[in-house]
Amino acid sequence: MNLECTTHPFGLLIAVGESRIDAAVAIQFKDRMRDLTGGTAGRILLDLSRVDFVDSSGLGAIVAALKQLDADQKLELAGLTPNVAKVFRLTRMDKVFPIHASVAEAAGPHANAS
Amino acid sequence: MPMPPDAACLKARAMTGDPVLRLTLPAEPDAVRDALLRLARDLPAMGVRAESLGTVELVLAELLNNIVEHAYSAGPRGEIELELERRRSRLICTIVDRGRPMPGGALPPRRDLPVFADRRDLPEGGFGWFLIHELVEDLSYSRRNGMNVVRVGLSLG
Repeated sequence: MNLECTTHPFGLLIAVGESRIDAAVAIQFKDRMRDLTGGTAGRILLDLSRVDFVDSSGLGAIVAALKQLDADQKLELAGLTPNVAKVFRLTRMDKVFPIHASVAEAAGPHANAS
Repeated sequence: MPMPPDAACLKARAMTGDPVLRLTLPAEPDAVRDALLRLARDLPAMGVRAESLGTVELVLAELLNNIVEHAYSAGPRGEIELELERRRSRLICTIVDRGRPMPGGALPPRRDLPVFADRRDLPEGGFGWFLIHELVEDLSYSRRNGMNVVRVGLSLG
C-alpha cells in the first residue's frame, strides 16, 4: 500500500498512490494510516485522485482512519474520481468527511507559502 | 473509417448475440480483485458502457467479497463461479459458491443506513449490502444441492 505523506503549512497531506482501496488492501490501508497519523495534530488531507475504485471494505477502512484520530482532528478528502464519489454519496459518508475537488482547492490560496 | 474485421464481428455479436461471460475464481481477496479487473476490460465488448461499468464492478465486488469473508470464512477455501449475461439493456449476473448458506437461509434484508450522532459511533462495516440493494434492479438467492446461488439484475441504462 503506497501512501505518500508530506507536511505542508495547511497540515499533513497523504496521497494514495494506488488505483484501488478494496477488500484486498483495506486492513493494510487502515494500519498504514494509523502509523502516519499517530501523534500528529491538525488537518489531514487524503488525496484520492489516483484511486478509481473503493468498495465497502475500503470505505470502512477510510472511516476507521478517521475514528483512530484524536477527537479534534479532521480527515478531509480531495480529488474523488466519479466512482469513488458515488460510493461516498450513496452511503452518505460525504456528510461525514469534508470533500474538496482537489488538493489545491483544499489547501487554499496560500498553500505554497512557506 | 471502416472498423477492423475483428471489432466489427465483436460489435455485431454484442448487439445481436446477447453474449455470456463465465469465469471461475478461487475465493480469495486478490483473486476477486483480478476477476474485477478482467471484467472491467472485457465488459465493454459485451456492450456495457463506461457509465455502467463502475456500478457493475462495485456490486460484483460486494457480492464476491461477501462470499470470501462469510460463505468460505471457515473450512477450506473454495471456488466461485460467475456468469454474466447481457440481455438488451440489462446485465444478469449469477454467482455460485459451495460455502456455508446465508444466515437464516435468506439474503440480508434492505435496511436504512444507521444514524450516528458521534464519529466514534460511525460504522466501519455493513455498507456492502446497503450498496448492493441500492444499485441492483432485482436480487434473489437460493440454496441448491449445497450451493449458494445469487442472481442479480443490473440496468445498463
